[in-house]
Amino acid sequence: MPEMTYRDAIAQVLREAMRADERVFLMGEDIGAYGGSYVVTRGFLDEFGEKRVRDTPIAESGIVGTAIGAAMGGMKPVVELMTINFSLLAMDQIVNHAAKLLYMSGGQIPVPCIIRMVTGGGSQLAAQHSQNLEAWYARVPGLMVAVPSTPYDAMGLMRTALREMNPVIYIEHSLLYRRRGEVPEEYFTVPLGSAAVSRPGRDVTIVGYLRTAMLAEEAAERLAREGIEAEVIDLRSLRPLDLDTIVASVQRTNRLVVVEDAWRTGGFSSEICQLVSEHAWDYLDAPPTRVNGADVPAPYARNLEALAYPTVEDIIEAVRATLPGAASDYHHP
Amino acid sequence: MVESLSRQAPSREQLITFYRQMQLIRRFEEAAALAYQRRKIGGFLHLYIGEEAVAVGAIAALAPQDTIVASYREHGHALARGMDPKAAMAELYGRVTGCSRGKGGSMHLFDASIGFLGGYAIVAGQMPIAVGLGLAAQMQEQDRVNMCFFGDGAVNEGEFHEALNLAGLWKTPVVFVCENNLYGMGTMLARVSAVPEIYRRAEAYNIPAERVDGMDVLAVYDAARKAVEHARSGHGPYFIEAMTYRFRGHSMADAELYRSKEEVAQWRQRDPIPRLRAYMIEHGLATEEDLNAMDAVVERIIDEAVRFAEESPEPPPEELWTDVYAGVSKETHHRLGVVQR
Repeated sequence: MPEMTYRDAIAQVLREAMRADERVFLMGEDIGAYGGSYVVTRGFLDEFGEKRVRDTPIAESGIVGTAIGAAMGGMKPVVELMTINFSLLAMDQIVNHAAKLLYMSGGQIPVPCIIRMVTGGGSQLAAQHSQNLEAWYARVPGLMVAVPSTPYDAMGLMRTALREMNPVIYIEHSLLYRRRGEVPEEYFTVPLGSAAVSRPGRDVTIVGYLRTAMLAEEAAERLAREGIEAEVIDLRSLRPLDLDTIVASVQRTNRLVVVEDAWRTGGFSSEICQLVSEHAWDYLDAPPTRVNGADVPAPYARNLEALAYPTVEDIIEAVRATLPGAASDYHHP
Repeated sequence: MVESLSRQAPSREQLITFYRQMQLIRRFEEAAALAYQRRKIGGFLHLYIGEEAVAVGAIAALAPQDTIVASYREHGHALARGMDPKAAMAELYGRVTGCSRGKGGSMHLFDASIGFLGGYAIVAGQMPIAVGLGLAAQMQEQDRVNMCFFGDGAVNEGEFHEALNLAGLWKTPVVFVCENNLYGMGTMLARVSAVPEIYRRAEAYNIPAERVDGMDVLAVYDAARKAVEHARSGHGPYFIEAMTYRFRGHSMADAELYRSKEEVAQWRQRDPIPRLRAYMIEHGLATEEDLNAMDAVVERIIDEAVRFAEESPEPPPEELWTDVYAGVSKETHHRLGVVQR
């Protein structure tokens, strides 16, 4: 099976969609002449022209609102907002408009558009460029939130998003663009609302998404050397959430650790812990546990930033704390 | 500036339609106010009384394929576009027979079948959406125009400027109609705007603009025809500032402490409905009897709309969970909603 990067997988599926469907077009900041700030759309302007690869002013609300209107008018816009931090300037259009139109029109006005944005820190970009805010969007009824961590999922989820009649927030992590993985040549899709068991195991369930899905796999590999078999679940979408897969896993392993780059307070990891408590309480042999980013604005200094996001070691420590004979519960600083 | 079309007087039929539509809106709003006082209608109720000439004159310039977005003071626009008054009133009543199945209410009237794409209750939020509707028409090479209504309160929002810049840049077929009723809720425009001549702001985005008497349906119609023609023929957006006035408060909760009774009385002298009535009689286009007969018909339509709303059922409980997502299976919908109910 051919290998490709996460970046190339997204580019390939967008190119494929634009070739197949005239309604699909891209708009966003620096996606055309510049080639995309994360180089996803390089070459698109030459192939598709400036009508379908629209460089926009830096005006996030205007961009997303225009995309909503274009979707209402029969087009299929794919918006790139550079980063999730800037999406806050479009929060009104995403939350007050895209997510509400179908409902408040009594089912008359679907908004089939995709809004791409990059989340996450780890590149010393400091407090205003390093946030993980995807859980905010996952709270909003009317939105779907895709969080691919592998090239395969990036492609498969984008194909599904392109066929959706609903607004899809498609989140990419800045540290995953060079991740390589196998991607079949034949057509495939990944449905929204289907988590992947990326590694089977019987002793503990580790749930992650985006970068933390990758960390969880690394942690599981190291734990395996000690004879601890962790099952790793990659959520792939936050809304819809595949709770069934998580609950079924916890029913086998009886232990849960959820890993999230985002802040601890009011995070998506809390949501999953609570849902598991409600749905698998009798199966739990240890309290559901979270590993989160530190509850601070992201620092610039390399050493401080390294302390602000979960590490493989943090996950291993959290897993150990759930096992029989653990000295104490895991406490993140 | 664009070439001006010769001012062509509307036909008698057109004038009669203007009169009937303005009267329909006036009576609809009065009936809504009454129902609100009787607690039949909940939420906010923003009446369009006094401003009827703007929606009626502007929307008359549109063709069937065109689309409209408006603010939360949009009953008049919906009716002028041809929404069934029964469906509009039932929506205010929160009934399933309402134009938005009772899920939108007064601020969110929708009827996609007539291109009425909604009332929006975030100030200026509909403006970039209007640009997108224009962009879709442009990309599809269809001669569809989008008309976007908003109040003077919208013009200091970032979305106003973002939308005008994009429309001016991409030359999307959008007619912006600013209903300048002088007050954003209770704050006079001049107290919050460095440039209170709103139409002048369009110049900054290379959009032709003009200011019209929004209490004169003929003046609005004239400007709107020119604007729609401009947008439809590929010249890009056009901006109209209609000077108007709401005779009632911002909403039903407004004590109107910010303006004098004298000011309101002065503007009432310019009420667009008696003005058109006088014009038609003066020019021999209709008699008192004709117009009285028309008033009676309108009265009956509104009575029927109220009765229809009163007698319509509320949305069934399962409507709570429908229309959150489009085209998804029941199972997925369940997952998308609250996971545990």
